[in-house]
Order: sequence, then structure tokens, then C-alpha cells
Amino acid sequence: MVWHEETTLPPVDFVVIPGGFSYGDYLRSGAIAARSAIIKDIVRKAGTGLPVAGFCNGFQILTECGLLPGALMRNTGLKFACRPQKLSIVNKNTMFTKAYKNQCEITVPIAHFDGNYYAPKDELNRLKKSGQIVFKYVGNPNGSAMDIAGICNEAGNVLGMMPHPERAVDPMCGGTDGKGVFQSVLEAIR
Amino acid sequence: MKALIHVNLKPGVLDPQGRAIARSLNHLGFETVKDAKQGKTIELEIDATSIEEAKTQVEAMCEQLLANTVIETYNFEISE
Repeated sequence: MVWHEETTLPPVDFVVIPGGFSYGDYLRSGAIAARSAIIKDIVRKAGTGLPVAGFCNGFQILTECGLLPGALMRNTGLKFACRPQKLSIVNKNTMFTKAYKNQCEITVPIAHFDGNYYAPKDELNRLKKSGQIVFKYVGNPNGSAMDIAGICNEAGNVLGMMPHPERAVDPMCGGTDGKGVFQSVLEAIR
Repeated sequence: MKALIHVNLKPGVLDPQGRAIARSLNHLGFETVKDAKQGKTIELEIDATSIEEAKTQVEAMCEQLLANTVIETYNFEISE
């Protein structure tokens, strides 16, 4: 764990920005956390290839700090979406999805109010063409453009997704479908 | 000095909150309402020596934090 006021990351192989409604979602979800001191170093190191993943509020922070394109807006249904959600894995060739060899669909929890992914049309087309759409919803819960649940940056070392793979890593707690994300990263950095 | 900043969604960006407001007004009998947009207003108290200086500062604040220019536009007024 790194405190938000730190200015330098310790030597690490992988950074996870977790969910959690930082700063009460004031101003915009993730906006204030995206300006905290440690983010500058995360952006700098992500630029040199350090793997970074943001889940839920972490995804919002990654778009707010510019590591990922687009923005996450209020769910179109104006309801907090909280349930197991089926996802299709659109790109299995990323450092976050390689371990999902024989799986095309996974079920992991979602828990968000602002998960409605938006980007201008040309940006969406660019994301699609370059294989940056990593996960899509099967049954769109929030109005996301192109059913987008998770994207990566162009270099492929930064992943943002609204669903919570970290909450599906133990059979005792709602399944293990999320494990593949972490196994993939482990294999990639070994 | 006082800065009054208005942040609104860009035209063309779907605003589910605005739509809910418009629909509710319609239900109340205000059928003339065709659309609604919900933005926000931010008031700042600033120490600046001139209006020009305050403008430059507020512009930078909007770009860096107060608005997300992927989805939002902003405008502001400065008064003494």
C-alpha cells in the first residue's frame, strides 16, 4: 500500500488502483484522487511500461489522470448497479487476459453508479481497431458505449475496468473468474 | 475576487440526470419542457491583483481539475 501523499513508488512490478469512491466521488468520480501526489509517478512509470490496473473507481481515476481515454458517466438507469455481471473477453492477447485460454466469458461482480463509459465516436472506433477494448458486458448494465467494461492503453500495460475481478478470486466468495487477470499479469512479469 | 464557474456537459453527451429532470417536469404538467441538462456551479474566492490575473488562474483550474474536457465545457465570470 502506498499513501496518496507519497511522491515516489517503491520498487514494484505491478500497480493496482482499487475501487472505493475516493473523496466521496466529489466533483467527478476519481477526479480528486487523480490529482493526488503519487499519481504523477504512476503516470511517469506507466509511460515506461510498468503494468497498472484500475478497477471500478481505479478505472475512473485512470481516465481522469489521462492514462486511459474517455470518461465514466452516471449509469443511464440512474441506479447503483451491484450484482454478478457476465463479461466477454474481447482481447485475450493482453498481459491482463492471456491466462483466460479456454474461457470466452467470465462472471465477476460490478458495484458502481458511474460506469457508463463514454468516448467520442472516432476514439471508440480507434479503440476497437487497435484491440484496446478488453472486456465487454454481456447485457449492458449502465449504458456504456459499445458495451465497454474494460479497456487498455495503446501500449497494453495499463488496464481499466469497472467490474471487480479482485472480488472473484476465491470459491468461498462468489467464484474465481477474476483470478485470470492476476495470473496473466504474474506470467507476464515473471 | 470572486469567480463563478459553470460546468456543463458537452452538447451531444447523453445526460441521464437531465433527462430524468425533464421527464419529472413533464409529469408535473410542464409539457413545454423538451430537454434538461444538469450542470454545476462552483464559486471561488481568489486572491488576485487584477481581473486578468484571476482569469488566467481560473482558466488553468478549469483545465486541470474543475472540468473534464472529454465530456464537459465550462465558462466563468470574475467579479471584484
